[in-house]
Amino acid sequence: MIFNEIYSAYYNTVAKIIAAVIAGNTDDKTINKIVSENAFGESVLTVMPSLKSEKWQLISADMTTPLKHKPTLPLTLTQKQWLKAISLDPRIKLFGIEFSGLDDVEPMFTSDDYVIYDKYGDGDPFEDEKYIERFKIILLALKKKHALKIWMLNRKDKLISMTVMPKRLEYSEKDDKFRLIGVGNKFDFVINLARISSCEEYVGVEEIADRSLAEDMDRLTLRIIDERNALERCLLHFAHFEKRAERVDAKSYLVHITYSRSDETEMVIRILSFGPMVEVVGPSEFKNLIIARLKSQKSCELI
Amino acid sequence: MSSYSELIKNFEKIRSYMREFYVYGFKSREEYNKKSARSYDDERRRMESWLGDHMSFVRTHEGKNVFISIDSRVSTHNPFYKAFKAKSFTDGDITLHFILFDVLHSSEVVLSLPEILERIDEYLEGFEAPMVFDESTVRKKLNEYISQGIIVGVKDGRKMLYHRAADVELPDITDVLNFYSEVAPCGVVGSFLLDKQEDTNDSFTFKHHYITSAMDSDVIAALFKAMREKRMIVVKNKSRRAEEPRENRLIPLRIFISVQNGRQHLVAYQPEFRAIKSFRVDYLSDVRLMEKALRFDEYRSKLDGMQSKMWGVTAKLDRFGNENTEHVEFTVKLADNEEYIVRRLEREKRIGQVEKIDGNTYRFTADVYDTSEMIPWIRTFICRITELSFSNKLLEERFKSDIEEMYRMYGIEEADK
Repeated sequence: MIFNEIYSAYYNTVAKIIAAVIAGNTDDKTINKIVSENAFGESVLTVMPSLKSEKWQLISADMTTPLKHKPTLPLTLTQKQWLKAISLDPRIKLFGIEFSGLDDVEPMFTSDDYVIYDKYGDGDPFEDEKYIERFKIILLALKKKHALKIWMLNRKDKLISMTVMPKRLEYSEKDDKFRLIGVGNKFDFVINLARISSCEEYVGVEEIADRSLAEDMDRLTLRIIDERNALERCLLHFAHFEKRAERVDAKSYLVHITYSRSDETEMVIRILSFGPMVEVVGPSEFKNLIIARLKSQKSCELI
Repeated sequence: MSSYSELIKNFEKIRSYMREFYVYGFKSREEYNKKSARSYDDERRRMESWLGDHMSFVRTHEGKNVFISIDSRVSTHNPFYKAFKAKSFTDGDITLHFILFDVLHSSEVVLSLPEILERIDEYLEGFEAPMVFDESTVRKKLNEYISQGIIVGVKDGRKMLYHRAADVELPDITDVLNFYSEVAPCGVVGSFLLDKQEDTNDSFTFKHHYITSAMDSDVIAALFKAMREKRMIVVKNKSRRAEEPRENRLIPLRIFISVQNGRQHLVAYQPEFRAIKSFRVDYLSDVRLMEKALRFDEYRSKLDGMQSKMWGVTAKLDRFGNENTEHVEFTVKLADNEEYIVRRLEREKRIGQVEKIDGNTYRFTADVYDTSEMIPWIRTFICRITELSFSNKLLEERFKSDIEEMYRMYGIEEADK
């Protein structure tokens, strides 16, 4: 259904090579660039040799082709059904897109067919007109690389403003929220979109540097005791981080995780959720955060 | 001896290798070699070819361990989609594909099979040893494309005429594809569409993004199809407890996706046990759609009702349809500046109630099918749990003894003596 050669990197690459040949671009540099950008690491050993040797009879050794048109393909039924499915998602309103031509297509799935059962309950108001308007302004600024003037309520509900060069829009599936990640002249910013009261393209005189975001990564090491399927649960749970696991003995494993320092508290509670099956080995500063929580728990006299 | 290729015919084998390298990554070559050393080497080389810098290795006393490490917050697109773009094909497949769509280059070009065959021969005559495609091969390929919706076959009296399907006029949907290819089920289909875009300027990144689900896209798509058509399925299920997969006969009702543990489950009615049960999607393969499930609506509506007592994916009804729920409650005490804990309780609870007991004390209560599914969440409140009571006393004891074990693990018992 989905695993089919018509979607393959090789078919896409060959389509682009044929288009280049029809357009008269037959130099090795152009062709090799198409292969390296569209196919895999070792594809250069296969794609052009197969075409030039006439194993695939689409291009002759002299780099001419009997094909007359730039290769194109209509949308497959699977692609139409998937597009129809996402056109029914509430978040689609953020993009202001009207899908036409899919009226008689059955969706691949609807909200009745799946549930994200553990996302948090206070997600962004994706269907709120003002939220949608701000989202569009931010997305446009990202593309045009324009700075933004942003007004938002801080934690004390006081209206504050800032000038930000947007770098990316980050969506958390767990929080069901968008955050704007950007830089100012002094600080980096992570701003929840739902907290923004208004925003507009910055037209002031101050120049906002388009610098890189500061690195704030940290590492920690966990020991996993493989009881109650903890190894699989823990490695899957932390799978989205850059990580490396190693076996210590038949029952215990070490896993080294690189995480953003700004997520330290979240990491603490995620590790606590595994109970005694996961122990922080280091660094000691992080381990002390766990110890502090356990000491507070002890003082609650639950046991 | 067959030669190595970057491409694969069967997705199942690579599915399990990718998972091993990505989720675990501590096994040595010897541990994979139970079946074939050559197979391991080929699969590893393929993944290196597809995933490049994401593949790493480390030498340990057990040997060389290969692993995949990806910070999905940095990657704008799921690298595992590449596996779905590595389907093998024959020399004839690729040649015929491009020539067919060049012959049928617009939906206005309508031709019979003999006419198409004649045109194909004209395309190939300039090659030194032209391929020959017989009628049955081309008809078979056309029928395959009809089922994929990219060719249309029209009866004209006794003969069949073929033309390319009309294309759908889409506005610029690059942003839509960049977003939904990562967050929607079967997002790999969005990735296929992105491959056709000239400009893929990407503004989105994703946090808490579990990319392993990509590997189950084909299975999920088949399950969705079964649900849309309200069909029974037969599926291979390889649980971690059994060496060989079992065949299960099920009525798929809903996919349960977790954004906190990276797992996806199929919740389905299993006639054999007359029960609604959950199945790990990454253990399922070879989904076959069977006859119509006449009671699909009834079972799905039953599941709708049960979801108010499901914390995770467990739905417990006995064979007579009786519910067995367990009661859970715990109390947390807040410091003066910790109102955010109340907000946490409210937004993180999936079911149940939060009530204020006094100034700084709040109680959570719920009735659930499976208390054990809630325990990891309750542990995230360690440091402020003042009372806890489960009707499942075994689990209550275990919760408390686990905390004592944590005290010992971090030397808190000793320090207090």
